[in-house]
Amino acid sequence: MSKKNVNFVRTEAAPLLPPPASEAGITGWLYQNILNSMTDFSSPVASIKSVLMALVTLFLLYVGLGQFWALLDFSLFSAVWTTPEGVKREACLTVDQGGELPSGWHGACWPFVSAKLKFLMYGAYDNDQLWRPNLTAIIGLIGLAWVMIEPLPYRRYVGAFLLTIYPLIALILLTGGNFDTDYNSVTVVTILGLLLITIGRQAKAGRLGATAGEFAGMFGTFGWIFIAYAAVNATLGVDFNLRQIGTNDWGGLLITLVVAVTGIVASLPLGIVLALGRRSEMPVARILSTVFIEFWRGVPLITVLFMASVMLPLFLPEGVNFDNLLRALIGVMLFSAAYMAEVIRGGLQAMDKGQFEGADALGLSYWQKMRLIILPQALTHVIPGIVNTFIGLFKDTTLVSIVSIFDMLGAVQSTYADPSWGTPVQDETGYLFIVIIYFVFCFGMSRYSMFMEYKLSTSRKN
Amino acid sequence: MAKAEAQNIDRSKMTVSDEVVVSMSGVNKWYGTFHVLRDINLTVNKGERIVICGPSGSGKSTLIRCLNRLEEHQLGDINVHGIELNSDVKNIEEIRREVGMVFQHFNLFPHLTILENCTLAPIWVRQMPKKDAEEIAMKYLETVKIPEQAHKYPGQLSGGQQQRVAIARALCMQPQLMLFDEPTSALDPEMIKEVLDTMVALAEDGMTMVCVTHEMGFARKVANRVIFMDEGQIIEEKEPETFFNNPENDRTKLFLSQILNH
Repeated sequence: MSKKNVNFVRTEAAPLLPPPASEAGITGWLYQNILNSMTDFSSPVASIKSVLMALVTLFLLYVGLGQFWALLDFSLFSAVWTTPEGVKREACLTVDQGGELPSGWHGACWPFVSAKLKFLMYGAYDNDQLWRPNLTAIIGLIGLAWVMIEPLPYRRYVGAFLLTIYPLIALILLTGGNFDTDYNSVTVVTILGLLLITIGRQAKAGRLGATAGEFAGMFGTFGWIFIAYAAVNATLGVDFNLRQIGTNDWGGLLITLVVAVTGIVASLPLGIVLALGRRSEMPVARILSTVFIEFWRGVPLITVLFMASVMLPLFLPEGVNFDNLLRALIGVMLFSAAYMAEVIRGGLQAMDKGQFEGADALGLSYWQKMRLIILPQALTHVIPGIVNTFIGLFKDTTLVSIVSIFDMLGAVQSTYADPSWGTPVQDETGYLFIVIIYFVFCFGMSRYSMFMEYKLSTSRKN
Repeated sequence: MAKAEAQNIDRSKMTVSDEVVVSMSGVNKWYGTFHVLRDINLTVNKGERIVICGPSGSGKSTLIRCLNRLEEHQLGDINVHGIELNSDVKNIEEIRREVGMVFQHFNLFPHLTILENCTLAPIWVRQMPKKDAEEIAMKYLETVKIPEQAHKYPGQLSGGQQQRVAIARALCMQPQLMLFDEPTSALDPEMIKEVLDTMVALAEDGMTMVCVTHEMGFARKVANRVIFMDEGQIIEEKEPETFFNNPENDRTKLFLSQILNH
């Protein structure tokens, strides 16, 4: 081939040029994030659009910043922070209302919140026993932090502790334990459990024939369930010399957290089982799961709570008395499990058929396939949906106040009845305070879920 | 060209024994009312390399997917490695342990590293200690020539590399039989070669293989039998030399003229 036939051959590499101003630096950031829709002046129509867009933006900025400023002013700059000893409502009244603040003053009355703080956090829980909920919270927080912070060792075990032993500790600390355990039945259950485990062992070793060998695992599992049940019951019956504090005395954030955490922790595994059940090829499992899910999704939570607290006692035999909070808890748990199941089913639905086949072809059993291959991926896909349900559940706990359980919202509303703190800004201050608390929890969950999403997605993308 | 290459491979270990690995007799399958497999009779002996080809929709994939029960056949008997394939879950799992499968779309597990992909089944299905499983996995990753990728995720590999990992993953279970379901159909031309080379090496090692593929060069080179399917039936079944040079059936002739002449 002669040189003349070659039309164009580059003899040196094209130079690397610096990016235009619209792509990098501060101007680039402004272009990409703020000015993008407002800087097109290529035609008269586009120019008008750009100008209009700029005006709308400025107006929205003005409104938004104004609102934000009003909030800051109310909660920080104009707020009353301290009161002299013995002064209550007078500290937060203007001259016209009989106080000393200038006329037209509008700000938060934080001394009101700090005076009611104990009630907002713990309800009517005994004042000298507050270390018990505090200790429960501290153990829980340390455990949670441990599980979340990656480099720490034994995270798996801490997680297992949080899910198994911690609820028991929390129950005993918060209520005082010393339940009426029937130790005779505990003994019977223990013996039964040991017996089943022994049978399982023997069957696994093949000493009881082929048919029993097939059920070896089942014997073992039931045996351990029996033992665990007996152990929990036995522990609950022990007298730890703690004062008994009934759930009627609990309140505030304590109730909110107990209801929310129980609902959140229970709804995920229940939801997974229900979702798998609904997609199962076994008709009985499928129908039962579907009926369960559709039933709980079909009724409002408020009805569930009302039924649990008012109607259920009518159906129970005389003398059987369920704790009011426990009834609400079970209601919330089943309710949120149904929602969770549908979120998780969405994730399962989105899984590529090839993943099931790949796992099948390797000879994994159904549960291995689900646990090792399908669920890790499906759950990662639906993290936004799962956290959505969690956050919804956290806020739905306010509904328990209709069955006279004083969660944080109920607690703050009941403090308004105290005339010694009655001021025009009392409502706003109280609501603002719990808004902040709710926001901190919900925003925290949201951020953590974004972190999880990021972490889990980096492993599979380039 | 294919003939020249055919002489380049080492046939010393490619021996067919009398031991039967798969026998299908009178197998029929329907998707609803659509009769997708019609009276399939097929025996595969240990050490055989069988290539199944045929037009799209002819039931080739369905046939090999029946061999490890990814699809259920409704009529007839399938016996794999001496185990009757029926609805008994225990039998199915036992067969799947002995039969490796490679898919068109690889079906690697994207949330696990390459090494974890390979050790998963040995650890959980064969109850092998993790260390042994990793040793075996590394050995097979070396066989498919990508040991350096062991700690990456599938998404970071090219299609050809992913398919080779999929082959290694199946080999880690040390199967008696390997099924290939169009292993190169989703790959770029350049990557097809690396996967085919791996499969040839596997054949040279004496593996029993049933491959659904359109790679006629591979069929000529490696197969000891080529099966042509159309409309759910086995139409022609011959040694590759005869199959390509003297096909009997008109449908086979048409198929071959279409796939070879372009």
